Formats: sequence, C-alpha cells, structure tokens
Amino acid sequence: MKQKSIFIGALVLLILVFTAGAILFNQQRVEKADKAASQNREILVRLQSPTLGNADAPVHIVEFLDPACGTCREFYPLVKELMAANPGKIRLSVRHAPFHRGSDQVVKTLEAARKQGKYWQTLEALFASQPRWVENHTARPDLAWNQLGGLGLDMGRLRDDMNSPDIARLVEQDLADAKALNVTMTPEYFVNGKPLPSFGFEQLKSLVDDALASAKGS
Amino acid sequence: MMATSWTLAFAAWLLAAISTAGALFLGEVMGFAPCVLCWYQRIFMFPLVFVLAAGLFPFDPKIVRYALPLSVGGWLVGVFHLLLTAGYIPQYATPCMQGIPCSQVQVEWLGFVTIPLLSVVAFSLICGLLISIHARASR
Repeated sequence: MKQKSIFIGALVLLILVFTAGAILFNQQRVEKADKAASQNREILVRLQSPTLGNADAPVHIVEFLDPACGTCREFYPLVKELMAANPGKIRLSVRHAPFHRGSDQVVKTLEAARKQGKYWQTLEALFASQPRWVENHTARPDLAWNQLGGLGLDMGRLRDDMNSPDIARLVEQDLADAKALNVTMTPEYFVNGKPLPSFGFEQLKSLVDDALASAKGS
Repeated sequence: MMATSWTLAFAAWLLAAISTAGALFLGEVMGFAPCVLCWYQRIFMFPLVFVLAAGLFPFDPKIVRYALPLSVGGWLVGVFHLLLTAGYIPQYATPCMQGIPCSQVQVEWLGFVTIPLLSVVAFSLICGLLISIHARASR
C-alpha cells in the first residue's frame, strides 16, 4: 500500500538524518576539543595544579572536577584504581570546575586546605560526605565546612586563607582555562593532552591504555 | 477525499516527528539542557508522534479529537514561552526556579529563529492541519 510505504519511508529517512547528524556533530565536537587542547597545551596544566603520582610518569591525566558533582565522586576512586594498577606510570593533576552553585566556596576550602598540605585528604572527605552538603545540585559551603573535622586542619587559618585574594585568583584561573578548553561538564579528562572522545570510564581507560602502550613502544 | 485527509494527518505526524527528532537532537546530541517550559512543550509534542501514527493506519478522522487537545496545550505553552523570551512577560511570573532560566535564549538562527518560535510554528501548523481534517469530515 502506497500510504504505508510513504509513512515508513519518512520514518526511516528521519531516523537516518538524525543518526547521521549525531555522528557528524560528535565528530566535529571531538575535533574541536582536540584542537582546543593542543592549542592550549600550556594552559591545560598550570604549575600550581594539585598533582599526584610520579613526576616522570609517561601518562598524565588532567581532570577537571567539581567537588559537588556526583559523577566526579563516583569516578574519583576509579581513577585511583587505574593509577594503582599501573604503579609509577600515571600522574594525576586536578583542575577545578565549580559549575554547581555554591561550589566555588568549596573549591576555595580545598585550595586553603592545600596550603596546609591536606588537599587530597580534604577532597576525599568532601567526596565521601557529598550527600550531606549538596542539596538539589546546590553546594552548601556551610554544611561542607562541618565535614572537615578529624582531618587535623587548622580551621582558623583555613577560614583566613579561603578569603585570600590569591586563592580567588586560582579559582578564576581554573574557570577561565576550563572555558578555553571547552570544558562544559564535569568530570572532564585529558590524557596526555587528549580529551575523551565521548564520556565514560571505558573511554578514559582505553585512552590511558593507548598512552601506556605508546610510551612502552618509544 | 479520504486520501487528502490522510495526507493532512500524515503532514501533521511528519511535523510532530521532525519536532521530536529536533528536540532530541538539541537536548541529547548538542547538549542543551531543556528548561521547564521546554519540558512542558515536549510533553505535548512527543505523544503526538504516536497518537497521530496510530490514527493513520487505518485512517481514522476521529484522530482530531485525540490529537487536537495535545497540540492546543502545546501551542499555549509555546506562546507563553515565546512571550517570555520576547520580554512581554516578566521573569518572576514564570515557573522556573532552578537550572536553565526559560527566558534565556540558547539558540538563535538567522537572528530571529529561536527554539520557542520553532515550537509555536510547529504546534500552529499541526493545529491548523487537524482543524482542516475536522472541517472536511464534518462537511
């Protein structure tokens, strides 16, 4: 019947156009991100970014994260496992992208804790207690503050440092770099300067595996 | 007679299907988060694809009774959204509290084509097609 074939033809055509458009758009997005990352290699890693792992490691992961982001919380231990599985081969640098409302204050707390040499403990404590200080995708710095007991932080100094202009500058710098690198969602990873082709832990793992393999080859 | 009514209903279905695909493309592929009003328009548009398709085989002129309330509902939300982005309705009168403000224009093609405009055009055309099917059937 003619009507049926018109209908099915239109349906198939629509699906094909949608799929082709999606593939094309994604390709362009990856190319743009690749280009932005290679043009901005020097802003991808700032000297002051908190870094974990062997300084001579062949694979360098740069992660843009938001302490208030649930997916960042889930991915953090996975990245740590990846590092543990390849001892001495992976270095991790963290950049902050406080996209959640109120989260910039929490990032300032983290930066202030770093001045006391307790950045990673503080980050882990904040991730662990995240459901208690993030409500409806909004960070509550006052509640986050209550999660920092038992870390041995000098809380008076922490509060002073949080409001210091150099820490405000660090937060602004990270946000400006995130914008230049087209980072719009967290977590975002760059492995030796290359962004993820699409979001997912498998994609991160395969990018890391590729980098490890090419480091071994050279 | 029957064939032309079928063609009108098919055109309405095609508009709904293109609008749905477009909304999904903007949201899922390009990553624009839909605002609250966009969600309400989606709620009216997406079922039209299925309701209209069901009325095409075999063709049932009564489809208008089931599809028109959806398209009128969507049209009303769309017009509200359009007036909001154009600045005729103050922001405080809107239901948007969190996330993407509905008054913010995320996409503007050729200087005037925005997502709510496309939505109003699509709902208007679907309403018009459905009303003309009804007019033919009752003649």
